[in-house]
Amino acid sequence: MIAAQLVQHAGEGLALGPAVPTADVPAADFSDTPWWLTLIKGQMVFVFLLLNVLVVIWFERRVVGQMQQRPGPNRFGPFGLFQTLADGLKLMMKEDVIPSNADRVMFIVAPLITGALAFVSFAIIPMGAEVEMFGHTTPLQLTDTPVATLLVLAVAGVGAYGFVLAGWSSGSTYPLLGGLRSTAQVISYEIAMGLSLVAVFLYAGSMSTSQIVAAQADLWYIIPLFFSFVIYLVTMVGETNRLPFDLAEGEGELGGGFHTEYSSMKFGMFFLGEYINMFTVSALATTLFLGGWMAPPGIAWINDGMFNEGWWTFLWFFLKMWLFIFGYVWLRGSLPRVRYDQFMKLGWKIMIPAALAWVVAVAFIRAAQIGYFGDSIWATIITVAAIAVLVIFGLLLWDRRSQAAQEAEQRSRQAPDEVDPFAGGYPVPPLPGQRLVERPRAVTAAEPVTVDAGSGPTHDSPEDDRGR
Amino acid sequence: MADEDKKAEHTREVRYNEDDLEIRRPEGETGENTDRVSPIMRKDEGQQPEKRKGFFAEMLAPVGGFGVTFSTMCRKVDTEEYPEKPRPTQARYHGRHQLNRYADGLEKCIGCELCAWACPADAILVEGADNTDEARFSPGERYGRVYQINYLRCIFCGLCIEACPTRALTMTNEYEMADAERAPLIYEKHQLLAPMEDGMLRAPLPMADGTDHHDYYMGRVTGPTPGQQEYVADRDGQTTDQNDSGPTAEQEAYR
Repeated sequence: MIAAQLVQHAGEGLALGPAVPTADVPAADFSDTPWWLTLIKGQMVFVFLLLNVLVVIWFERRVVGQMQQRPGPNRFGPFGLFQTLADGLKLMMKEDVIPSNADRVMFIVAPLITGALAFVSFAIIPMGAEVEMFGHTTPLQLTDTPVATLLVLAVAGVGAYGFVLAGWSSGSTYPLLGGLRSTAQVISYEIAMGLSLVAVFLYAGSMSTSQIVAAQADLWYIIPLFFSFVIYLVTMVGETNRLPFDLAEGEGELGGGFHTEYSSMKFGMFFLGEYINMFTVSALATTLFLGGWMAPPGIAWINDGMFNEGWWTFLWFFLKMWLFIFGYVWLRGSLPRVRYDQFMKLGWKIMIPAALAWVVAVAFIRAAQIGYFGDSIWATIITVAAIAVLVIFGLLLWDRRSQAAQEAEQRSRQAPDEVDPFAGGYPVPPLPGQRLVERPRAVTAAEPVTVDAGSGPTHDSPEDDRGR
Repeated sequence: MADEDKKAEHTREVRYNEDDLEIRRPEGETGENTDRVSPIMRKDEGQQPEKRKGFFAEMLAPVGGFGVTFSTMCRKVDTEEYPEKPRPTQARYHGRHQLNRYADGLEKCIGCELCAWACPADAILVEGADNTDEARFSPGERYGRVYQINYLRCIFCGLCIEACPTRALTMTNEYEMADAERAPLIYEKHQLLAPMEDGMLRAPLPMADGTDHHDYYMGRVTGPTPGQQEYVADRDGQTTDQNDSGPTAEQEAYR
């Protein structure tokens, strides 16, 4: 009810010019939710995440298998569905090793931090519209706050402690390197992620997730904020330590990264945390860019919005979230791990500046839309045009620069026509088409010995000439 | 003076080296040939006309790998579901051996041991014995009383098959012969003998009426004769009277 009012209000603001952004309260209505129902909902979120993790591990292995033309796990249960259960049981049965070099307290606490914090963020994800549950009308969302989206970022930041502490407390080199990489990764990519979220906040006028969903009733933010969406997609992969950005646990480089020394269920906690984080960022992407639990256009119009309320909304949310999960798996099946310096270069030199510029552009466009540049409809058009001109100009400039740099590199690679084979101190053969320039020798050759005909050895039989 | 020497040395050296280069080239290859160029030189060659791709193909080339993985996902999986759906072997696959029978049920093996002698892995053991009128297992004088193939040694080369003079020994397509122990992998005669087909009679029995081993060998015996059937009926009537154990006991009799 309030949501509808707010949406209406926002729509009026769009049409009528200057308007104060909508009030910063969550759109979800928790007034009819008693405390015990909140507890039940919390349990449901917990179970939902655990079940999803069980399925996604199987799903990932099957899909990656298909991508490599093999079936993947298909032995245990129908289509191998129970494979994850068996693996989980095996993990629990395994011996739990704590290295003697390890800092015992931190070594045990680190996986707990990672595993526990992974569940927290999902509390603010709106998984559906209001539904009837045990005689109460309650939104399919555990809770919401005016700064709910920031909570996700904050929890991700604290969750990074799990990786860092795990790396440090293991008392061994590779885990330490993995932990350091993990920190650097989360810090670098959270900046760009935060910036991409700022554009959403500018459009929605709120950080409350339920209100962001409500604000997308007319248009999902993936269309006006496509660039933010792309940045978010890249950063969410970086945040969750997933291929191609799983440098913190790069098997080829660091053994197992921060969890090299972990075994049994402690390792299982990291595993669990990683997969739940995947779901969290996917759910957040759904909420921020794909209209959350809203039915896709087309289906939403059927029968006066029948599919856009009640438990149906959970289905749309679920499908959209799993779309991202499939994207994760597809990435893993297609791309190799990037090099660490390339990864950092992408984060700091491309993602952050691009996201910054984009946020500034969105701020201007949004200001023009709301009416800060005058009531005329031309204000928006002129702003967008000015930004477009700037972008095109910048791109041209950048293109020219990169072309010049490329040409310079090409020139530096050109092999000279003449080559001194000993220039580098050791002999190098000339390339085809190159001419050798020989330096004079330091030691001159001896005079050739002249041999007169009479002094040579005489031969009695033709056999003596063999080999001459 | 020293300068002149150096200069002479220099020019001579250069000329020498050029000659040397000429000599070292393989025949038919001149200095202008750029077939074998380094990657650096190829950059220049890239400007020569090559097949131009479409605008979109070029634009999407960097993410083409995603298309590869996605289309592979829709392709049929190549994995063989072995224990559930074993794929048939080739028709002439060298599998487990088989000791064949003539159409009336007499064994083809004559206990000549040629297979054992031909075997490069010494996997076959044959002990021949004389056929008697009371107990005849094969046409002619002799039959293989003991026949063992050790599948821990056998290399499935098929030389035994080539050596067999009566076509008694052939190979089947069966290949599932793994075992956890050694003893079961030494196959005995009763395991190797071909299964009885319709109309065959269980040896020992006399040869078909009015034939000798040449007729068998030339393939003139196409089934049991009434005399053989009568003999077997008599014999089986006696044995079933004596003990009720049926064919397994008779198989034991071969050993």
